[in-house]
Amino acid sequence: MIGLSHYLILAAILFAIGIVGVIRRKNLLMLFFATEIMLNAANIAFAAISSYTGDLGGQMFAFFIIAVAASEVAVGLGLLILIYRKYGTLDLDNFTMLKG
Amino acid sequence: MEGLVYTALFAPLAGSLFAALFGMRPKTLLTGVVTSLLLLVSFIASTALLWHVMHVGPVHVKLMDWIVAGDMSIPFGFNVDQVTAVMMTVVTLVSTVVHIYSNGYMEHDKGFNRFFSYLSAFVFSMLVLVMSDNFLGLFIGWEGVGVCSWLLIGFWYHKPDVTRDENPSISPSWAANEAFIMNRIADLGMLIGIFLIYWNVGSLQYDAVFAAVPHLSHALLVAIGVFLFIGAMGKSAQFPLHTWLADAMEGPTPVSALIHAATMVTAGVYLVIRAHPLYSAVPGVGYFVAVVGTFVAIFAASMALVNRDLKRIIAYSTLSQLGYMFAAAGLGAYWVALFHLAAHAFFKALLFLGAGNVMHAMHDELDIFKMGGLKKVMKWTYIYMGVASLALAGIWPFAGFYSKDTILEVAFNEHTYGIWFVLWLTAGLTAFYSFRLVFLAFWSDERYKCYGFHPHEVQRYVLWAMFPLGLLAVIFGWYKEEFVDFVTGLLPAYEVSEHTHHMLPILVTVTLAIAIGGIVVAYVMYHKRLKRSEKVEASLPYRILYNQYYIPILYEKVFAKPYAELSDIAWKEIDLQVVDATVDGIAKVVEESGDATRRMQSGNLSDYLKWMAGGAIALAILAVIVVANG
Amino acid sequence: METFAFYLFSILIAGLFLVTVLSRNVLYAMTSLAAGMVLISGLFFILGADFLGVVQLIVYVGAVMALYAFGMMFFDATGVVKERNTPALLVFLLGGLSAVMLVVIFAAPAIGSHVTPSFRTPQGVDNPHAVGLVLFTKYLVPFEVAAVMLLVAMIAGIILAGKKMDTSLSKISDGEESQAAGKEER
Repeated sequence: MIGLSHYLILAAILFAIGIVGVIRRKNLLMLFFATEIMLNAANIAFAAISSYTGDLGGQMFAFFIIAVAASEVAVGLGLLILIYRKYGTLDLDNFTMLKG
Repeated sequence: MEGLVYTALFAPLAGSLFAALFGMRPKTLLTGVVTSLLLLVSFIASTALLWHVMHVGPVHVKLMDWIVAGDMSIPFGFNVDQVTAVMMTVVTLVSTVVHIYSNGYMEHDKGFNRFFSYLSAFVFSMLVLVMSDNFLGLFIGWEGVGVCSWLLIGFWYHKPDVTRDENPSISPSWAANEAFIMNRIADLGMLIGIFLIYWNVGSLQYDAVFAAVPHLSHALLVAIGVFLFIGAMGKSAQFPLHTWLADAMEGPTPVSALIHAATMVTAGVYLVIRAHPLYSAVPGVGYFVAVVGTFVAIFAASMALVNRDLKRIIAYSTLSQLGYMFAAAGLGAYWVALFHLAAHAFFKALLFLGAGNVMHAMHDELDIFKMGGLKKVMKWTYIYMGVASLALAGIWPFAGFYSKDTILEVAFNEHTYGIWFVLWLTAGLTAFYSFRLVFLAFWSDERYKCYGFHPHEVQRYVLWAMFPLGLLAVIFGWYKEEFVDFVTGLLPAYEVSEHTHHMLPILVTVTLAIAIGGIVVAYVMYHKRLKRSEKVEASLPYRILYNQYYIPILYEKVFAKPYAELSDIAWKEIDLQVVDATVDGIAKVVEESGDATRRMQSGNLSDYLKWMAGGAIALAILAVIVVANG
Repeated sequence: METFAFYLFSILIAGLFLVTVLSRNVLYAMTSLAAGMVLISGLFFILGADFLGVVQLIVYVGAVMALYAFGMMFFDATGVVKERNTPALLVFLLGGLSAVMLVVIFAAPAIGSHVTPSFRTPQGVDNPHAVGLVLFTKYLVPFEVAAVMLLVAMIAGIILAGKKMDTSLSKISDGEESQAAGKEER
């Protein structure tokens, strides 16, 4: 029988995969993909807890996460386009504006 | 009545703040006039309160709650009863006179406005001290007058330090610090006394404390009495904390008159009088107080015999008279002590102000050996100082006669013949040194001419300002009966000649005789010209007296020097090696760790993401550990 | 049946996402991400969160992935992206550690044993109905706020990505078009 912890562990593994993507990739677009993976991992955990405890609050949070993800994509892609127009690349190693 | 209380209390504060507004500005006559007028207002309010207390009864007001924490409740309350009313009237009267006098005395001083600000602040603190209805308020006023005294002694702080041979008080700032530190030492004793009261009574209100006195153990009462008296010893400059008072003469003369003669130094006596239910319960402590007072009376008088400094002589005489007051209070005759306090305030302030006139005329020369014959040029000052000295010496019918004679009667009445004898002897010494001063300064040959001085009388309004003091120095003693009736409404009625009624005429005669004897000796020795004898001045007793029994030097060798060395060790060994090193070490660790982690800030977002992931993992590990342990 | 479906979906999702993370080709990465999203909606259906599964399909697979696809047309990223990759040791250390930690935390008995529902799922109604009941009662304010957020994000996206959207239209009409255009090119 599949228990709550199965889903939670799956969510944890997916989240870790997202972290690997965040650390490993230098392309900004790939970073966005990795972020989506992490958000979805959280969603799975929310939905699973919601289902196993009989509380709809978890699903509500999943909805809001999806809303946030959608806005993030909208704004984030807009920014990516601006960056690409300005620098002609999306490689993180080229951006060192924060260096003091 | 509340309005009167607040007017009397806060008018000096208003004056002080007003003068402080112009503190850094050059002299403006306005500040002197405004502060003097506000003091006059305060005096009038105090007199009205005196009348009110006399005919209606004590006034008790509560300004606001001050400290309310748990069971502890200390309000800002003010209580005007018989003792307070007398103190308030004396303080505000002398202060008013001194303020007006200072307008003339400080005329050419750069710190004119600053001076009035300090002086009015002092009066406010003193009023808080005497008007408070609890020990903590008294302590606040106590510290307030200490601070103002420090500010005023060191008023001419720019004068450089000189050696002790040149000037026994070294410099104004040195004298100010000495006075403040001595008082701090004594205040610690007083604080312990207050703590003891609070621990055991649970309140600091006078009435609650005194109501609880019969329920406290004897040992505890002794401890409280002794610790409070230590505080009083510091403020009233009793042995062994007496050295600061003579050095305090470095301050401007009006300050000496107001603070170091008439008001602040009597705060210790006031404390003993105020705490009379406590001291009455432990006669042993009272006797100790009386013995200390008696010792200081003759001790200080002996030093005044040979001193050549005009102001220091008067300062020693103040010490001596404070000793009288403590002797009376210690023997249980509280109203006598208060009576002498008031009378002394008038004639001693007058004496100091007269000395200020002489200093003014002699261009700040204080050596009475360089004066002489001044009565021709300074007639009014001569009359004032003569009256004050007669009062101080205790000659009938001046104020000092009534108060001092009563103290001697008390000593006899209590069968403490030793105390009586010493005080009697001191009365003779007092008469001698007072008139030595008067004869050397105002009679004898005009020595000042050799030194090129051109003395002149001070402004007329200054002389008029001194008139109330002169009048009171003469007539105050005549109102002894009324005074006794008034203050015994609060203080225990002490029958002075209870056991020795038949001896009274003899006692008065004997006392008057030694006082007149002292004057006669001074007249014979000094009225014609100053005779100096090398042999006498080289003799051991003379040198001991002249050097104040070598006590300042002893203090310096025994306390100041080792303390300085200890401080030096603490600075070089502890502060530099341990404290500073620790602080520097922390700074170094921070700096080096910052240097080492600087490379984290590469500006590369990818690196930052890695650090963030690492941090998140660290937090997760921490959370697991915490949850697993808790 | 449920067990089988869970393991199948889990393995597939993990595999697809690994492809997303490790692939050098952006197109592959995006395709596998979209496939993973679809399978996640399958998990939601297993959990009985039907409405959430549908939203997942519509919003993520339908809208978000379409947005990414459009975005990629700008970047000319169909080919292989050249990246200077992070050392593998560091990646697997951090990734592995975080996975272990999360698994430890989620598998710990402290989690989930004392949870009591604050908004119990309404009985006797199907999932979309229940979601509607809760969303429009208890979560009405967050819902409206989320709506405003989406509106803001939409406008922001238009302004950021659209040409000349960062200059005032009135200024352009005032004859400063050339200046605005110059600013755009820079």
